[in-house]
Amino acid sequence: MALKIADFRTPVFVDWCPGCGDFGILSAVQMALVDMQLAPSKVAIFSGIGCHAKLPHFVNVYGIHTLHGRTLPFAVGAKLARPDLEIIAVMGDGDGLGIGAGHFVNTGRRNIDITVLIHDNGVYGLTKGQASPTLKLGLQTKSLPKANINEGINPIALALAAGYTFIARSYAYDVRHLKDTIKKAIQHRGLAVVIIQQPCPTYNDINTKEWYGGEDRLDPKTGKPTPRLYKLEETDYDGVVRKPEEVFPKYASALSKAQEWGDRIPMGVFYQNELVPTYEDRILKRIPTYLQNPPAKQTISDTEGKPITSIKKMLGELQVTGLAEGKGNT
Amino acid sequence: MAAGPQGSGVDSAANIFGRACCYGGLHVYGKREYHSNIKGLHSYFHIRVSKKEVFADVDRIDLLCAFDAESVVRHIFEVAPGGGVICDADALATGIFAIPTWPQPFVDEFRGILNSKGIKPETVGDLLKEVGKNEVHTYAVPYMTLLQEIATEIGEPKLSRLTRMINVLALGASFGLVGYDKAPVERAIKAIFGDKPKVISMNLLALKKAYEYAKQKFSGSGHKLDVIHTDEKRMFIQGTQAAALGKLAGGCRLQTYYPITPAADESEYLEENEVLQLEQSAVEQGGGSILIMQTEDEIAAINMASGAALTGVRAATATSGPGFSLMVEGLGWAGNSEVPIVVTYYQRGAPATGLPTRHAQSDLRFAMHAAHGEFPRIILCSGDIEECFYDAARAFNYAERYQMPVIHLIDKALANSNRSCKMLEPQLVKIERGQLLTETDVQGKEYKRYQLTESGVSPRLPLGTPGTVFWNTGDEHDEQGHISEEPMMRMRMYEKRMKKLETADKEIPVSERVSFYGDQDASATVVSWGSPKGAVLEALERLGHEGHKLSFLQVRMPHPLPKEYFGEVLGKAKKKIIVEGNYSAQLAGIIKERTGVDMDYYVLKWNGRPMSSDEVYEALKLIMQDKAPERQVLTHGT
Repeated sequence: MALKIADFRTPVFVDWCPGCGDFGILSAVQMALVDMQLAPSKVAIFSGIGCHAKLPHFVNVYGIHTLHGRTLPFAVGAKLARPDLEIIAVMGDGDGLGIGAGHFVNTGRRNIDITVLIHDNGVYGLTKGQASPTLKLGLQTKSLPKANINEGINPIALALAAGYTFIARSYAYDVRHLKDTIKKAIQHRGLAVVIIQQPCPTYNDINTKEWYGGEDRLDPKTGKPTPRLYKLEETDYDGVVRKPEEVFPKYASALSKAQEWGDRIPMGVFYQNELVPTYEDRILKRIPTYLQNPPAKQTISDTEGKPITSIKKMLGELQVTGLAEGKGNT
Repeated sequence: MAAGPQGSGVDSAANIFGRACCYGGLHVYGKREYHSNIKGLHSYFHIRVSKKEVFADVDRIDLLCAFDAESVVRHIFEVAPGGGVICDADALATGIFAIPTWPQPFVDEFRGILNSKGIKPETVGDLLKEVGKNEVHTYAVPYMTLLQEIATEIGEPKLSRLTRMINVLALGASFGLVGYDKAPVERAIKAIFGDKPKVISMNLLALKKAYEYAKQKFSGSGHKLDVIHTDEKRMFIQGTQAAALGKLAGGCRLQTYYPITPAADESEYLEENEVLQLEQSAVEQGGGSILIMQTEDEIAAINMASGAALTGVRAATATSGPGFSLMVEGLGWAGNSEVPIVVTYYQRGAPATGLPTRHAQSDLRFAMHAAHGEFPRIILCSGDIEECFYDAARAFNYAERYQMPVIHLIDKALANSNRSCKMLEPQLVKIERGQLLTETDVQGKEYKRYQLTESGVSPRLPLGTPGTVFWNTGDEHDEQGHISEEPMMRMRMYEKRMKKLETADKEIPVSERVSFYGDQDASATVVSWGSPKGAVLEALERLGHEGHKLSFLQVRMPHPLPKEYFGEVLGKAKKKIIVEGNYSAQLAGIIKERTGVDMDYYVLKWNGRPMSSDEVYEALKLIMQDKAPERQVLTHGT
């Protein structure tokens, strides 16, 4: 029986502010799971702390709501122990790129096969609108007492530098594009991140739905808005690495593309490289039975609770007397 | 004692020495002391060798085997009358105050010592002459001449390539001096340099040279060490290895860590052995392995262990004080979400960076109270290397049975000491996984991860089990694991969590939580935890020979502390003496809090060095003679 959207909903009341971009992200996640027909018990969504972090409670898959900034270590722990599960790590911009920046960067070194979604709205919503690490220098969103004195992080460039092998941007209000991008990210073999531009109708009065939509920039001919966001898929840009010699040029063009912001903001896949061995591949080289018998699937005792691990060899290496049976030490 | 600058092979010399003695049927206890430094600063290994099993360090040095001038000066006044100093003949001319690595306070202190003795030596040779009057003999060995001979024999043009063998020369001279059988020493060299045949043959040559030199020159030394026969099977093992082996036997399959002294040795040893062997009966299981993850920090380490533990794997992390400080928020999450994780906590000198490579027992209170809010946890503390093994294994049973973090406290003295002991017995390890559900248990039923129950324990299902899902959150939650701020649910869920500690307290027998040595009607009772165990037991034996009957209550699970048992035992005790390695007598405070019982005497130590059995003996003796102040502070150690 095919899985439907209803199979991925929970009865928990969705308590985001009306108009919040999180609604679009929630729908896109559920739609992607339906499209991919992933069994709920095969999927686990991990989240941090902040508005985004409630998302797992609204999706009928294993849902782990963790600590501020710590989504990735939890998610990676579960993936290492059960590499057959689909693990999605949902993070906020403050959560994932501020307090959790160290984990964001170091997870990049591992190219582990999980999907990271960053809800990027430029503010700390749940604590009432302080500047997040992605808010640009000089901006003063409505609850800031002074304009932002810090530069904003460029999450696409940071992900590239850290070693993510799938890097994309999408938009919370373009649910179809977001759903397709999330699907590509899940299907990607390796560590994928999707930066999701998300208006915060309550605290970010600058990067609004209207701003992204370009409603302040009417085309003089048609009278229609000129959106700031545009789709890389609709240009001749191609960030997918298909052979080793493409790695450097595609990396360089992705880094260059990542600088675009303001009047023209690219959406879509900036960079994808499946030639990099995943963390699972690397472990497999050291532990040949890793995938067939990963940590969580190993039996550790017999039915009577007797350990089945034999440490005899290690004890033997430490043994100093009585090595030869019945001969004593000498 | 083997002493020299760090990087000069003090460790390998000590390991060879220890193993060589073990091979010869002797018992060994080796205490390792080193600076937070890689090359140049002073370090030493104090090795006790005995026909009987040894449990602790002592103050006295019989034979000081010094690789450099500083080692002679540092330890000279610890050498017992009748003892000897083996040193480099070239070091005799070194000016005592010309040693560059000496810290100024130590120089000043040393001048004071010389003044108080009324001696004014200029050089190391002068100093040795002075102590010679006190029956401390000097055995000067010309290390460079011997190295030159070796260089000529093996055709090595560069002498500097051989200087790293000074450790083995010193070792060879020691064994030659005491007339020990050379065969077990050769075997130890082969064992330590296992896969490097060229290194082995060079070191065997160095051993032979120094051994023969000493045997010939120092034949009348009077020092003697003989091999003895034993049929007992023994091992020579370090604390971190014992804990690692306990984890493997106990079924740990994922460990995270961030490099820190003195915990990292454990994880590295596990990583070396990541592909596991299984018992014959279980080979069809598909291959065993333990995954070791070096994380970006300790915050990631504990949370990655929690993430893994959610899937049902036995997961652990190992750290020391500064790392545990970073883990605290994650510990609270595991407590709130009822995730069974094990934290192996190697205490060292604190606070802050403290004494990174030195000993302390000052984190019991921290382990007990770490993280905001209230949640249950279990704390185990090992008193010797064997207990490190058994405790490491059973920590997972408690974690899974009661679905809470278990903190296994070890200390630097245990982590870095090597001891000969009888073989560990993995067959004594039993695995108890508590209420762990499988797919068939939840088929067609509604599963509630935090079902309210009488015992507080809700049956646990591994994340990823087909047929259902669940939620976890660091927020307060309902039975499904969704956020709830309702006062009634808050109270019931809070109580359910806390109830688990009462259940554990009721179910875990006292015999798994304390060890009692001696008679209930002894004239005094010593209470302690952690590494002082060995020193206390040795001190008690000596006092016993002198007619003082003391008992010893060793605390192995300080939390939850078996209240009634303590009330009963300490209520009867005539003199109550706490022995622990911190300033504020942390365990005594916990006992007072739980039972209302005060200690009569405090024997404490916080100078960064473990307790020696001599100083514990002296302190207890004063108490038995009614000459002791209420609080005695121990100071031994260099």
